[in-house]
Amino acid sequence: MSKEAPERVDDDPNVAMQNSAEFNELRTKFRKFVFPLTALFLAWYFLYVLLSVFAKEFMGTRLFGNITWGLTLGLLQFVTTFAITMYYARWADRVFDPAAEALAQKMGGHQ
Amino acid sequence: MSTLLASAPSFAPTATTVGNPAINITIFALFVVVTLAIVIRVSRNNRSAAEYYAGGRAFTGRQNGIAIAGDYLSAASFLGIAGAIAINGYDGFLYSIGFLVAWLVALLLVAELLRNVGKYTMADVLSFRLRQRPVRIAAAISTLAVSFFYLLAQMAGAGGLVALLLGIEGQWGQRLVIVVVGLIMLVYVIYGGMKGTTWVQIIKAVLLIIGAGIMTLWVLSMFGFSLSNLLGEATQASQDAGGKDLLQPGLQYKNPIDFISLSMALVLGTAGLPHVLMRFYTVPTSREARRSVVWAIWLIGIFYLFTLVLGFGAADLVGSSAIKKAPGGVNSAAPLLAFELGGEILLGIISAVAFATILAVVAGLTITASASLSHDIYNTVVKKGTATPEEEVKVARISALVLGAVAIIGGIFALGQNIAFLVALAFAVAASANLPTILYSLFWKRFNTRGALWSIYGGLISAITLIIFSPVVSGKAVDPVTGKSPSMLQGVDFHWFPLDNPGIISIPLGFILGYIGTVTSKEYNAAKYAEMEVRSLTGHGAETASTH
Repeated sequence: MSKEAPERVDDDPNVAMQNSAEFNELRTKFRKFVFPLTALFLAWYFLYVLLSVFAKEFMGTRLFGNITWGLTLGLLQFVTTFAITMYYARWADRVFDPAAEALAQKMGGHQ
Repeated sequence: MSTLLASAPSFAPTATTVGNPAINITIFALFVVVTLAIVIRVSRNNRSAAEYYAGGRAFTGRQNGIAIAGDYLSAASFLGIAGAIAINGYDGFLYSIGFLVAWLVALLLVAELLRNVGKYTMADVLSFRLRQRPVRIAAAISTLAVSFFYLLAQMAGAGGLVALLLGIEGQWGQRLVIVVVGLIMLVYVIYGGMKGTTWVQIIKAVLLIIGAGIMTLWVLSMFGFSLSNLLGEATQASQDAGGKDLLQPGLQYKNPIDFISLSMALVLGTAGLPHVLMRFYTVPTSREARRSVVWAIWLIGIFYLFTLVLGFGAADLVGSSAIKKAPGGVNSAAPLLAFELGGEILLGIISAVAFATILAVVAGLTITASASLSHDIYNTVVKKGTATPEEEVKVARISALVLGAVAIIGGIFALGQNIAFLVALAFAVAASANLPTILYSLFWKRFNTRGALWSIYGGLISAITLIIFSPVVSGKAVDPVTGKSPSMLQGVDFHWFPLDNPGIISIPLGFILGYIGTVTSKEYNAAKYAEMEVRSLTGHGAETASTH
């Protein structure tokens, strides 16, 4: 990796920060939250897509009244999208932002 | 119900006016006057580049979220999806799900990090730690390509709407209206910059969501506020007219692979749309960027629920054959429904809102493309980074003029195309050419210039090539109802790619080429990577709001 680096980077404050334990913790915290969540909603979305094309009989079956399974699962996609949005926003406001802000202050604030 | 159904075909085949053109034009003119006044009010000090490109980064998350909804809920969403649901029922609804879920990619992976790293354009982020010139050129080309497809879709919508509302038989009348739309849009962009454009989008989003909401409640009230009743009646009406059961999957997508391909493009395209990404620069912090997306997701989601009701409502109250035969075809389902419900006045309001939608989205696309031409091409490539902000803004305004002309000419050629399809193609190009590089650039340490170039050009070229040789452009069988082939070109057939949407091939290709390009190159800039990653996660060094 850094053996390819063209210039000296030992005294670069960004490099120092990037290599620090606390920054690694911040990155891990972020990725551990968003990557599994992304995998989850993509898997659920594509499951729905695959059902819509390969299980047409099932998706066209009426669940109650004229509401089919396809429509119900489709509306559930809306519900999960709203839920993930609120869940992430809450986590980011309460957990991630304070941690990120603390490191930004260490670097000299947002400027 | 039966009287409504009987009355529908009586006006449609004549291809003359639906509603009262004077009312339609008056309401639309009112919108233009009000928005122009606001644009002039808010845009007094648009001299600096940050003002012109990013509205001074002074919008709140809520304002920007509404503006994003205004940008995203294009004519394709309103006219295209409502029409697709009216004709193909459940399959039309599938569009909206992909369009909505896609926002989670933007929320979780892209919006905040991009806001922290970039300045004005998508290329700012893509080229941050790579070699500036080649990556900026590539990102600018792909920005222009995506914006062009999207522009065509909007302009095609404008043409269809004009055909329906003004009953203009001659091509020249429709062309004239496209020219007028283009000119008003240019005033917003050139005079108002990002600040003026944002306010136009906010006003339009509020009108669109309220208008669609009123129509939704109206339709539901006719069916005892029971979605089940509405679906039952709509399906019955479709089957009585010799159509199919609208609740069954597979009316629009006969080929499963084609639908999977479209779904990939929809869900991965949003976070690669340059005009959406640029909106994140109009807020002061990454936290406000997050708030923007949260607001946008709620508004967009609720709006798509409205279109579900409107589409099935149109299927029952207007009828699919009346929609198909109307000037403007599938795209006229929502306006025809407005006419059935509230006569001339509601039709006038809804049409004006649809026009406003087209105007606002075209303005957003034009400012994005002009920013890329000026900031990425002129400043970095031509002037080697020495252009002053004043020069950049001047070039951006000139670019906007040129792009306005392109939009007008393209719109004239795109008259009569299915706009939801055109938008799906824009999404395919965005997902293939832009998203891989955005994600690699933000999350993959090793990523480098060769990887970016292979990914952007590979994704772009493969997506466009496959579109050209797809059935969308040539070779679809003639529809017995309309007597025309649904393909873009009539009477020729040079397609060899079997799918309508290239996503299933071109998106993985974009990712794979980005990977291969990266691992075959040794370039690595540790300092720039550290700066980018620290900035993206902590916000240290990010652009701040301009002060007055």
